[in-house]
Amino acid sequence: MDLSLFLVQLLNGVQYGLLLFLIASGLTLVFGVMGILNLAHGSMYMIGAYLVYYFTTVTDSFFLAVVIACAIAMIIGIIIERFLITHLYQRDHLDQVLLTVGLIFIFNAAQGFIWGNDPLGVDVPSILSSSIQLTDIVEYPVYRLFISVVCIAIAVAMYYVINHTKLGMMIRAGESNREMVEALGVDIRKLFTIVFAVGVTLSALAGIVSAPIVSLVPGMGERVLISCFVVVVIGGMGSIKGAFVAALLVGIVDTFASVLLPGMSSMTIYLLMAMILIFKPQGLYKS
Amino acid sequence: MLKNTSKIRKITVAASIASSFLLSGFAVQAADKEPIKIGVMLPYSGVYAGLGEAATNGLKQAIRENGNKIAGRPVEFLLSDTEAKPARAPELTSAMTDKDKADFVIGPVHSGVAMGMIKSIRGKDSIMIIPNAGINAATGAFCQPNVFRTSFSSWQTAYPMGAEAVNMGYKKVVTMSWNYGFGKESLAAFEESFEAAGGDVVKKIFIPFPKTEFQSYLTEIASIKPDAVFVFFAGGGSVKFVKDYEAMGLKDKIPLIGSGFLTEGTIEAQGEAAEGLLTTLHYADSLDNPKNKTFRSQYQELYGKPADLYAVQGYDAGQLVIQAVEATSGNTADKDALIKAMESAQIDSPRGKFHFSKAHNPIQNIYLRKVENGENVVVKTAASSLDDPARGCKL
Repeated sequence: MDLSLFLVQLLNGVQYGLLLFLIASGLTLVFGVMGILNLAHGSMYMIGAYLVYYFTTVTDSFFLAVVIACAIAMIIGIIIERFLITHLYQRDHLDQVLLTVGLIFIFNAAQGFIWGNDPLGVDVPSILSSSIQLTDIVEYPVYRLFISVVCIAIAVAMYYVINHTKLGMMIRAGESNREMVEALGVDIRKLFTIVFAVGVTLSALAGIVSAPIVSLVPGMGERVLISCFVVVVIGGMGSIKGAFVAALLVGIVDTFASVLLPGMSSMTIYLLMAMILIFKPQGLYKS
Repeated sequence: MLKNTSKIRKITVAASIASSFLLSGFAVQAADKEPIKIGVMLPYSGVYAGLGEAATNGLKQAIRENGNKIAGRPVEFLLSDTEAKPARAPELTSAMTDKDKADFVIGPVHSGVAMGMIKSIRGKDSIMIIPNAGINAATGAFCQPNVFRTSFSSWQTAYPMGAEAVNMGYKKVVTMSWNYGFGKESLAAFEESFEAAGGDVVKKIFIPFPKTEFQSYLTEIASIKPDAVFVFFAGGGSVKFVKDYEAMGLKDKIPLIGSGFLTEGTIEAQGEAAEGLLTTLHYADSLDNPKNKTFRSQYQELYGKPADLYAVQGYDAGQLVIQAVEATSGNTADKDALIKAMESAQIDSPRGKFHFSKAHNPIQNIYLRKVENGENVVVKTAASSLDDPARGCKL
């Protein structure tokens, strides 16, 4: 592998990792703050992708569709938290798993009912549809770089909100001691609604921005969910920083493994997870 | 008390006779003949639900065109959702053969399910007709007297492309697919004819199924710079692959060719990126023959959407049942006679006429197709009356 090829592959890995981070960040945020294990997280990724498909065809503008789809995803998040999740705070994880698995079935049925089972695609918005010449033969699509920029922007925004704002302070406090936060007069219910809605919207946003480079098929959410859990477990359940590092690690390892160890590439990220858990049973960054 | 009950029973019997006379003449006629039981084992949920639905539609259209009867007997469909899960196949198949005593079992879409079904149907009285699953072994090493296929073998859909690729001047080719049965068989068939014609497969890339993160592989292909790339992908994965291939700027520099499933039912989602792709398959929507035209317009009228390959294969399964049962004058008890009739059947399919090989696979034309304006257009017949080698079949 010469240097230019190595660099292109590294770019592939980082770009894939950043996208994984965007998907996983919402899951780990919701788990860290609320202790809720949302298995329907992947379904929101799917719903985001299908919503942006629908509104792109209706409005003829990808960017307008992104805004509408995000808004709808946030509303879905608020409804789910207010009417369903709210009953489960006092129960154990098994009940949460049951509810959120049920939601997966509901979302999948809704997707089949509304959009059918044929694969669908969203066109890359024309302003981002060009490519940059990297080597003599490889061009890199500008849209993929755009996705990376969005992911980095989200990561920076999350870092800022959590570490430098009052909301972030409450989130951090809620993570470490829920009862104390309530005793200090913070409306934890409202905080939970906000966090859940944001978590769900982040997942939908991942589906939205990746819609033009993936194919929209039934079950796309469950496939994402598995890589998402690998990232969250490696990073440490509930740790955003951990999710960021783990996502980049998984992205780069997966990319290079698929070229260097093609026969084993399907298991390398799980091997990576197993190795890390042997030495750090709580993941890289214990929340 | 006893008297009363018997009176009520008499009244009910009288009422039901009266009501059956009120129904259409067809129902009265049908009531005196045992229905032909057609078990249908297709996926109606999950990723392949669309394929299962299309095959069922096609099957029902064929029976309907025959007046909903075969040799004077009505038809009863027993639908069963395989969910495309191989683990469920043996149990569902046994229910069809032993409990429901189905005369025919039509299915499945998925090759893994097909293998499970074949194991369970071996030696049973029901006759299985595969309307899709292309795994070579179904009419190869695992072929059975009571198993027919109206679709294709993986080998058939990829083999003709090897010689075509050499014709187009490609000497050095990279092949790529998911690491699973259909993909591996397609790549092997391509390689067989490509290398026989003097080409060289410089690298084979197998990626884990159903992974769709292709960037690293495309980067590798770009560094190899082959004359062309032959792939097998289907469904959602093929949409993503074709779009990624174009977005990396490879499409104009390294031609992409493939087995026809690359552009089957996916062109709309692939958009511009699919334009100009060359693939081989036993059917094309735009195939210019009268049978295809009437089939497609009927289908559109009945179901309100365009027919596809899977509808054609289901339709031909229906045609095969009709021919066999009519040839035996409606006697479905004699399975050997039915099988004989099926072996000599001539199917007038929307894909062109075909008949069956000794191993019960269609001997059919394979077309070279090019995507033009969002449609698979037939360029030429890449192989006429192509017979699958049926390796390992002792029929």
